[in-house]
Amino acid sequence: MHAMNVVVCVKQIPDPAAPPALDPGTHTLDRSGKLILDDSDAYGVEMALQLADAAGGGEVTLVSMAPNGEVSGLRTALAMGAAKAILVSDDALAGSDALSTAKVLAAAVRRAEPDLVLAATESTDGYTGTTPVQMAELLGMPSVTFAKKVEIADGTVKVERQTEAGYDEVTCPLPAVVTVTAGVVEPRYPSFKGIMAAKSKPVDTLTVADLGLDPSEVGATGSRQEITSVTEAEARQAGEIVTDEGDGAERIVQFLEQLKVI
Amino acid sequence: MTRASIWVLAEVVDGTPITTSLELLTHARSLASTVEAVAWGAETAAAAATLGEYGATTVHDVGDLAGALPGVPVAAAIAALVEGGAAPDAILFPATYDGRDVAGRLSARLDLPVLTNVVGLDEEGDALSSTHAIFGGTHNVVARFTGSGPALFVVRAKSFAAEPSGGAPAAVVAAPAPDTGATNAARVVARHVEERSGPKLDEADVVVSGGRGLGEKDAYAMIEELAGLLHGAAGASRAIVDAGWVPYSHQVGQTGKTVKPTVYLACGISGATQHMVGMKNSKNIVAINKDQDAPIFSVADLGIVGDVHKVVPKLIEALKARA
Ligand SMILES: Cc1cc2nc3c(=O)[nH]c(=O)nc-3n(C[C@H](O)[C@H](O)[C@H](O)COP(=O)(O)OP(=O)(O)OC[C@H]3O[C@@H](n4cnc5c(N)ncnc54)[C@H](O)[C@@H]3O)c2cc1C
Repeated sequence: MHAMNVVVCVKQIPDPAAPPALDPGTHTLDRSGKLILDDSDAYGVEMALQLADAAGGGEVTLVSMAPNGEVSGLRTALAMGAAKAILVSDDALAGSDALSTAKVLAAAVRRAEPDLVLAATESTDGYTGTTPVQMAELLGMPSVTFAKKVEIADGTVKVERQTEAGYDEVTCPLPAVVTVTAGVVEPRYPSFKGIMAAKSKPVDTLTVADLGLDPSEVGATGSRQEITSVTEAEARQAGEIVTDEGDGAERIVQFLEQLKVI
Repeated sequence: MTRASIWVLAEVVDGTPITTSLELLTHARSLASTVEAVAWGAETAAAAATLGEYGATTVHDVGDLAGALPGVPVAAAIAALVEGGAAPDAILFPATYDGRDVAGRLSARLDLPVLTNVVGLDEEGDALSSTHAIFGGTHNVVARFTGSGPALFVVRAKSFAAEPSGGAPAAVVAAPAPDTGATNAARVVARHVEERSGPKLDEADVVVSGGRGLGEKDAYAMIEELAGLLHGAAGASRAIVDAGWVPYSHQVGQTGKTVKPTVYLACGISGATQHMVGMKNSKNIVAINKDQDAPIFSVADLGIVGDVHKVVPKLIEALKARA
């Protein structure tokens, strides 16, 4: 048995339950308010804890990039059981795109010297869906995306990878980057003890300069893209909403007949 | 038309390019004077006729990957072509699992940004501007690159229509991947295809989808029965896919299939933004949900506020009686 050190990339995002807002100046998502752990990342955290446990030891380290030194989401993941966190927070990062973010995450991940790096397939708020693979390329690591099952044996990660037609069994030597779907494991709820313990777990806060990155490589400048307009999409014409009084099925039959589907 | 050339990543399955790649080739023809494809696998030669028919003059063939996941080797092969001086103005990738991997790898390798979730691509002066649907499709964002180098766009299925141009078969040119060492170490050791009967989910004229409102796995049988009676395909929300009730290949939405059937029937689905982006452009939408405030009703042409366990069995009965 080898101890497994796992890094989980986690994003702290505005509460998806609240109505989203765009910054009127930059048209980027307004992230100035309180942030929480992206629910999509709870799966990676849980998976990491289970893999470290199965390996008989090792640590789970969180890596996150967030504005304003935000730690609330990190505390949630620490309360689940992660040992420590690296947070990259710097005003120079505002407006970063997926590739800039990947550069920052790669530089931070490198410090933790992990055996395995986990991330979600995409974030809930930005859902670009390329950041983990871009990071893997920068780290010079292989990657397996869309894992619905992850096992480690003899320095190799075995993954069931979702495909358009079903799934593939994929093997990959460590270290590697794996992105997990929401079906991979059932995340635990932090216990009271976990929440208390999380308060004193170390969070190493770094700047762009600490990582040895040039500020022009990241943030709005490094993104090399701009949003030129945001408009309301053409709304669908309001339909007919009726309460089923035993005639719901009949209403549907009539509708399908009208469309000549039946 | 100010662009000299656009490349399209052509995913080939069983010797046939996937429809999304054909949609991208079709649209690329209206944006650039030369359109070329990049493909991999043992069947590129078989696909060259179709790729040519949809506008590709050349297909750069990375060749058989010997079980490697495509992300690393295909991106390395494209990067070698670009660095060798053959850079196109833009490269379009289908928003598939492999398409996203190749785009991400290439972006980092060439240090070029990538725009994803694209649903429209237009000429705007010298540049291309991409349209992205956000907030579940209620708003459109238009973006463009400000730097130089090939523009990388990952485009969602069904953003454009696929129309043949009647072109001759594409010339197959070998474009082998350079050695990428340990980075290219992920291997597919087995493939599992989830069999399904009836029309394909993303091609069916009628789609009947079930969600968590079905309550339990066994209740999905009535969704399949209803889909069968309507000669349609059965779909699902991610919630019940993740719960293991139905295979992934049934998922509709942001990370699943994009569907545009004549009728989409949503049963016990709330209408989360990530579900809506995959079905909102259906010609007609019918929803059954017991919560009158469910967001799915905001896009429904006919909404039934009711219990799926009452409405669906009755609907099945009524359709059987007509048969
Ligand atoms: C990054 C990311 C990507 C995602 N990608 C996708 C995707 O591709 N596709 C997708 O679908 N989701 C996706 N999701 C998940 C999405 O956010 C929702 O969680 C999911 O769509 C909810 O599924 P649901 O509607 O079945 O379940 P719920 O939201 O739980 O809704 C169940 C509905 O059933 C109704 N109901 C309950 N009982 C009954 C009854 N007896 N009769 C009638 N109605 C009843 C309820 O009123 C409720 O509206 C994604 C999420 C994230 C974060």
